[in-house]
Amino acid sequence: MTRFAATFAKPRPALVAFITAGDGDTAANLDALVVGGADVIELGMPFTDPMADGPAIQAANLRSLAKGTTTADIFAIASAFRQRHPETPLVLMGYANPMTIRGSDWFAAECAKAGVDGVICVDIPSEEDAELGPSLRAAGVDLIRLATPTTDPARLPAVLDGAGGFLYYVSVAGITGQQQAAQASIDEAVARLKAATDLPVAVGFGVRTPEQAAPIAKVADGVVVGSAFIDIIAQHGDAAAPYVEAFTRLLADAIHGAKEIAA
Amino acid sequence: MTDIPNSLRTGPDARGHFGQFGGRYVAETLMPLILDLERHYRAAQADPAFKAEFDYLLKHYVGRPSPLWFAERLTEHLGGAKIYLKREDLNHTGAHKINNCIGQILLAKRMGKTKIIAETGAGQHGVATATVAALFGLPCTIFMGAVDVARQQPNVFRMKLLGAEVVAVESGAKTLKDAMNEALRHWVANVHDTFYIIGTVAGPHPYPELVRDFQSVIGDEAREQILEAEGRLPDMLIAPVGGGSNAIGLFHPFLDDGGVEIVGVEAAGEGLDKKHAASLAGGRPGILHGNKTYLLQDEDGQITEAHSISAGLDYPGIGPEHSWLHEIGRVRYEPVTDDEALASFQKLTKLEGIIPALESAHAIAAAERIAPTMDKDKIIIVNCSGRGDKDIFTVADALGVKL
Repeated sequence: MTRFAATFAKPRPALVAFITAGDGDTAANLDALVVGGADVIELGMPFTDPMADGPAIQAANLRSLAKGTTTADIFAIASAFRQRHPETPLVLMGYANPMTIRGSDWFAAECAKAGVDGVICVDIPSEEDAELGPSLRAAGVDLIRLATPTTDPARLPAVLDGAGGFLYYVSVAGITGQQQAAQASIDEAVARLKAATDLPVAVGFGVRTPEQAAPIAKVADGVVVGSAFIDIIAQHGDAAAPYVEAFTRLLADAIHGAKEIAA
Repeated sequence: MTDIPNSLRTGPDARGHFGQFGGRYVAETLMPLILDLERHYRAAQADPAFKAEFDYLLKHYVGRPSPLWFAERLTEHLGGAKIYLKREDLNHTGAHKINNCIGQILLAKRMGKTKIIAETGAGQHGVATATVAALFGLPCTIFMGAVDVARQQPNVFRMKLLGAEVVAVESGAKTLKDAMNEALRHWVANVHDTFYIIGTVAGPHPYPELVRDFQSVIGDEAREQILEAEGRLPDMLIAPVGGGSNAIGLFHPFLDDGGVEIVGVEAAGEGLDKKHAASLAGGRPGILHGNKTYLLQDEDGQITEAHSISAGLDYPGIGPEHSWLHEIGRVRYEPVTDDEALASFQKLTKLEGIIPALESAHAIAAAERIAPTMDKDKIIIVNCSGRGDKDIFTVADALGVKL
C-alpha cells in the first residue's frame, strides 16, 4: 500500500500542509507539521516566476531563492524528511521549468530516490503530459493533477487520465492565498469529482483557518492549507516551528473531527 | 497522388508546437479558456467579415500600408547592398504593436469579453492596447513593472489619458516578465469576462500563432512593395527580436523563399559575456509564460534577468517560432550591443531624418555590419519597427546629455 493510500484509508479527512522549501528552517517546520498532525506534506519548489501564486507564496519563493536554495538542496531536504518520517506522504509542488530543466527522467529518478511520493506541477496541464508524466509514472512517483472550477465535465476525463495520489481541487479560479470559495460550490464540485474518480479529493486555495477548513473537510478527503503557514514563517523566520506546530494542531483538530460532528 | 509542398509556414501543429517549442504550459484554470480562444480564432479565420473589419481598421485607423522607404543616403554611406526600411514607425501609436492589438480586440469582441488586460515593458504595447480599448470603449488594465513605470513616465501618462488603469507590479524584479506574471494572475481570477491581449509572439498556444498572423501584414505588404519597386524579392530581411512579433511579421511571408536570407537581431546589452537579453545566443530551452522556448536561466531553471538599453527587447525569452527557426537554421540570429544600437540610432537619424526606436536601431546596426559585405545590386529590407520619440530620454541619458 502506498503512503497516499494508507493515509487516505484512515477514517478521517486529511490535513495537507504546504510550505516552501528553503524558506525559514524548513526541516524544523516540516517536523512541526508532522507533530502537529498534518497528514500529507506539500513541499514547494521555489521558482523565480510563480505565476499561480498570490503575494504570500511569491514572497516565500523569493526569500528562499535569495538564500541560495538549489534543486539539490530541495532533494536533500526531502531525503532527510523521509529518513525522519517514514510514513508521511511527501509531495513536491512547483513549476515546470525547474522540474524539467535536467530532463524529466532525471527529476523523476531524484524524486524516487528521495522518497517523494507525488509531484504537482502547476503549469503542465494534461495536454502537455508528455513533458513530465511518463517519467514520473515509470519511476513510481504519482503525478497529482489539479481540477478547477473551469474544468468542465468534457475535460475532466483527460485531467484524470494518468493522475495519481489524490486529486487536488483548486476551489477558486484564481491564485493561492486569496479569496475563499463559497461552501456550496465546493460541496457541488467535490461531489462531481468523486463521482468521476476513485482518487481521494483534496480541496485547496484560499483556505486559511480551522473555521474555513472544517466544513470543507465534511465533504472532501483532504483540505490543503498553504499561505497561512507561509505567513507564520514570514513573521517568525527561523524560529517559526513552535508557531507552525500550534497552528497545525488547530487545523488538524478541526479537519480530523469534521465528519464526527453529528449533522 | 498529391505532393504536399514542403512549407515552413504551416506551423504550429494541432497542439501548438513548433518542433519541440511552443505548446500550452498553463495552469488548469486557464486551459479551458485558451482552448476556447483557439476555437473562436479558428471561426474568425474562416469568417470574411472578421478579415474585412481587421483590414478596414488597419487601413483607416492605423494608416496602413506603411511605406517601404529606400534609404538612399544610408545605402551610399555603407557602400554595399541597397537598404529599404519598412516604416512601421509611421503607424498610429508609433510602432508595429497596434497591428496585433487591433486583431486581438476584434477577437475579444467576438468572444463577448468586456474587459481588456495586457502586460507592457517600455509601455509601447500598453499604449497600443489602451488605444484599441479606448476605440472600442472597453475598460482596460495594464500591468507594468514598478521599475518600468518609474523609467517610462510619458507612456504611463499616455495610457492613463487613454483611460487605462496602470498597475505598477511590485513582485519579482518589477520588469516585463513580472508584469506578465501579474497579468496571468489577474487573468486566472477573471477568466469569465476578461481578454488578455498578449503583446508578442509568446505565451500559450494559440497566442504565438495569432499574433504572428496579425503581424504578417508587415511581410505581406513588404513583399508586394519590393516587387513593385525592384521587380524581385529581396536578398535579405533584418528585424529586431525581443519576443519577436515585428520580426515574425516581416519574416513569415518569406519563409518559403529560399533565396531570401533572414536575420533576426537579439539584444546583446552590455555584451554576451555580461548583462544581455539574447535568449538564443545565451540561453537554452525551457518553459515559461505558457510556452517552451529559449530562455535566459541558470542551471536549476531559475529565470535570470535580461538587460537591454531597449526596454522592448528586455525580456529573458523569445517567441517559440523563433526558437524553432533558429534550430532548423532558416533564420540566423545575430547579437547587437547597446553601444552599437546607440550609434545606429544616431546615424539613421542624421542620414535619413528618421529617429528609430532603440529596438529598430538594433536591426539598423546589423544592417550596417552586413550591407558593406554585399554587392551593390543586392537588396536588404530592414524592419523599422517603431519610432524613437519614446527613447529620447534614454538616449540622452546614455550620451550624458541633460534634458
